[in-house]
Amino acid sequence: MKKSKDDYLTVFFIGIAATYILVSLALPMYAILSKSIENKDGIFIGLENYKYYFSNPSLFYSIYNSLYVSIITTIISVSLSFMFAFALTRSCMVAKPFFRSIAMIPILLPSLLAGIALIYLFGNQGIFKELLMGRSIYGPIGIIMAEVFYTFPHALLIIITALSIADARLYEAATVLRAGPIKTFFTVTIPSAKYGLMSACFVVFTLVITDFGIPKVVGGQYNVLAIDVYKQVIGQQNFEMGAVVSVVLLIPAMLAFVVDRIVQKKQVSILTARSVVYQPKKNKVLDTIMLAYCTIISLCILTVVGMCLYASLIKFWPYNLTLSLKNYQFDLMDGGGWDSYYNSIKMASYAALFGTIIVFTTAYFVEKARSFKSARTMMHLLSMMPMAIPGMVLGLAYIFFFNNPNNPFNFIYGTMAILVICTITHFYTVSHLTALTALKQIDNEFESVASSLKQPFYKMFFSVTVPISLPAIFEIGIYFFVNAMTTVSAVVFIYGPKTTLASVAVLNMDDAGDIAPAAAMGMMIFFTNAAVRIAYVVFTKNILSRFQNWRFKTA
Amino acid sequence: MSEYLTVSNISKSFGSFQALKEASFSVNEGELVCILGPSGCGKTTLLRVIAGLEEQSSGEIVQKGVTISNLPPDQRDFGIVFQSYALFPNLTIKKNIIFGLQTRKQSSEIIENRLNELLSLIGLESHKNKYPAQLSGGEQQRVALARALAPSPGLLLLDEPLSALDAKVRQFLRLEIKSLQKKLGVTTIMVTHDQEEALSMADRIILMNKGVIEQIGTPQELYSKPDTSFTADFIGKTNLISAKKVSENKIKMLGQEFDCSEPLMSEEIIVAIRPEDIKISKQESDPNIIQGRVLEIEFLGSYSIGQVEVQHSDQKEILICHLPIDNNEQSSIAKNSQISFSLNPNSLKIVSS
Repeated sequence: MKKSKDDYLTVFFIGIAATYILVSLALPMYAILSKSIENKDGIFIGLENYKYYFSNPSLFYSIYNSLYVSIITTIISVSLSFMFAFALTRSCMVAKPFFRSIAMIPILLPSLLAGIALIYLFGNQGIFKELLMGRSIYGPIGIIMAEVFYTFPHALLIIITALSIADARLYEAATVLRAGPIKTFFTVTIPSAKYGLMSACFVVFTLVITDFGIPKVVGGQYNVLAIDVYKQVIGQQNFEMGAVVSVVLLIPAMLAFVVDRIVQKKQVSILTARSVVYQPKKNKVLDTIMLAYCTIISLCILTVVGMCLYASLIKFWPYNLTLSLKNYQFDLMDGGGWDSYYNSIKMASYAALFGTIIVFTTAYFVEKARSFKSARTMMHLLSMMPMAIPGMVLGLAYIFFFNNPNNPFNFIYGTMAILVICTITHFYTVSHLTALTALKQIDNEFESVASSLKQPFYKMFFSVTVPISLPAIFEIGIYFFVNAMTTVSAVVFIYGPKTTLASVAVLNMDDAGDIAPAAAMGMMIFFTNAAVRIAYVVFTKNILSRFQNWRFKTA
Repeated sequence: MSEYLTVSNISKSFGSFQALKEASFSVNEGELVCILGPSGCGKTTLLRVIAGLEEQSSGEIVQKGVTISNLPPDQRDFGIVFQSYALFPNLTIKKNIIFGLQTRKQSSEIIENRLNELLSLIGLESHKNKYPAQLSGGEQQRVALARALAPSPGLLLLDEPLSALDAKVRQFLRLEIKSLQKKLGVTTIMVTHDQEEALSMADRIILMNKGVIEQIGTPQELYSKPDTSFTADFIGKTNLISAKKVSENKIKMLGQEFDCSEPLMSEEIIVAIRPEDIKISKQESDPNIIQGRVLEIEFLGSYSIGQVEVQHSDQKEILICHLPIDNNEQSSIAKNSQISFSLNPNSLKIVSS
């Protein structure tokens, strides 16, 4: 068939998107893989570096440590969030929206802030130091506690989704068959949330094993893989060994990703059109227990955030407890000062703006274009890749790729652009999936109608597809913004002297012993993210809804 | 009447599955043609190939003397209404209808006039500022029709346009679409799985089965002269009985010899008999008399449908036939009663399997 103008535009845009993914993901990954099999002079030496790595017990031991904290955190975090999700979806407890909001707080913080809070709470001069009974917070205990805090909302969101698609008819059947509440729980509730639980496990596991901020702050002498990458690169300038550890770190992350995708595929339409949505019934005992549980968890979360806020507002812990804003005078400390904060806002805004445009447009072509099936499938697979790649690995790969003087893109090294690109790529997959979900809900015949009416698809795209998808588009933008504000791992290797970032400043100030200012900067990130979130809620309620009249039956 | 659209030997495969096999037909200018068939017969694929939304594996389509089968949809001349209507939910009725009119060449006055013309055509003048979700299913359907007709396409394609509506609205819209189509004289191809819809609306029906065109003809032709057992069975109710040729105008079936007015081509044949052609016999002199026992009676108001068992040698065959209802007559036919009926030689249709 002859190609229409639309077809040429499709080829053009898919070409651009593919080039973007190639330059921002595939080529850097290739660079890091080849670096891991070269020596310092850039000569191919096969697996020599790996041999050295695996024969070095101190490095090798990190694999065990990483797996240990990741698995323990996964078990604790998923159990805690399952209970919480159960309370939110299956009980008639009061103030559900309130508890849900509290539980989401950790998403708005850089992960290492939880570590800092733990130092104030359980450190050598901590308030609750005695609770650890002589054990040190620096090490696996601290890492696991902080990681549970950080991963809790991620697991919670997945499990809430899994639990809210319950089919009431199954519960009615269980009642009719005289199954008790415990039997029902294990034969109906757990199996129907099975895939959600598994997915949550993989997500938490990957988050922990690839996280670097928390072990850096509370890890002490306890080495994990992500720390090793950092130490090899920043401490010893041994880039080749950094590449080797990155590849090692890539393996569990990739495995978790692949298994998760397989599990996700199995979870198709548990909830059919005929299902009846489950409505929880009042149960005084259960509701009270759940309320108590959610209150305790929420208090823990608020304590962590409150501790950071308090620590950032006092003069000198624990000797001078007078309140002051001295810790917010970032310009007097290392880490880039207030400029870091402004840089972060700039970076997050760019990432939100360009990330949303790139992700949504690409997802549109992947989902709605009429021809080029294989190119679109390829593009979709590429879009899924970033999820499997730890931020640190991506960042290090950027050094190898963009810092190469022969690279035509070398000029972006050390600029804001490389940070934005790295961040967009790092958080690409989840945004891509959000966009796809929204687009899949739109009638596939719209494009056919437009072309039968001889209208170019972009007219349809701008006057119909985009307005319909606005909620998802904003959701993607905010996701990019919040994550760009908090991310450390993806950018810690590639920020330049003029592009220091707030999240990295938290890390560096903590490193320099300025823990209170680090907490203060962390709080600035939290306040910014919270403000953006709240502004978005207000915006959707008041302004966006005015443009959404068409969704309702009555004008 | 001149030929407007000619479809020649269109085939379409999806992987190893052949959805269309050598489909050929033509549509005259101003005609309303229905592509009818059970689900999965390839009728929607055929429509999408005509629109250019699917690419044929082989074959050619000529519209008004121009070969269009290699053109992308936006270079073909057609308007389309989908089963889902695909109305743009965030645009008002007005904006939906003029979506295809807004090009740089059209002045806003011409667009406004065309809009009003279309709105009055579908009788929704007062709804022009509403959104699709605020209209009923039938109204949405008419908006989709107006939107497709707005640029005055030469060919209108309708993909199951009525199947998302409830029965009452459907019947009303059948007539309305038909009269609108006649009024505008726009050549129309409509896809449907509903034989009643096709019979009541189409000038001609293209009956499809398993990717192959079974028969093309007017509704009357398809009903009264089915070529194949599939046609006889799909259009209306029918009895299909296997029979043997005895002589030039005699066949043997149901253990008995019958006169038959159709030409007999082969030895083994299939005879199609409509239920209404099976008449209760009152006189011995009627032709082709046959005996049977009434098994079931299904009351349908103006008539009943009876299942009659005919026994011959050691075989049993069940025929369905219309039974008259005479409310005044006490001796109307009862279950299990023996009846005799006659088969008019003209009503025995020989079909290929």
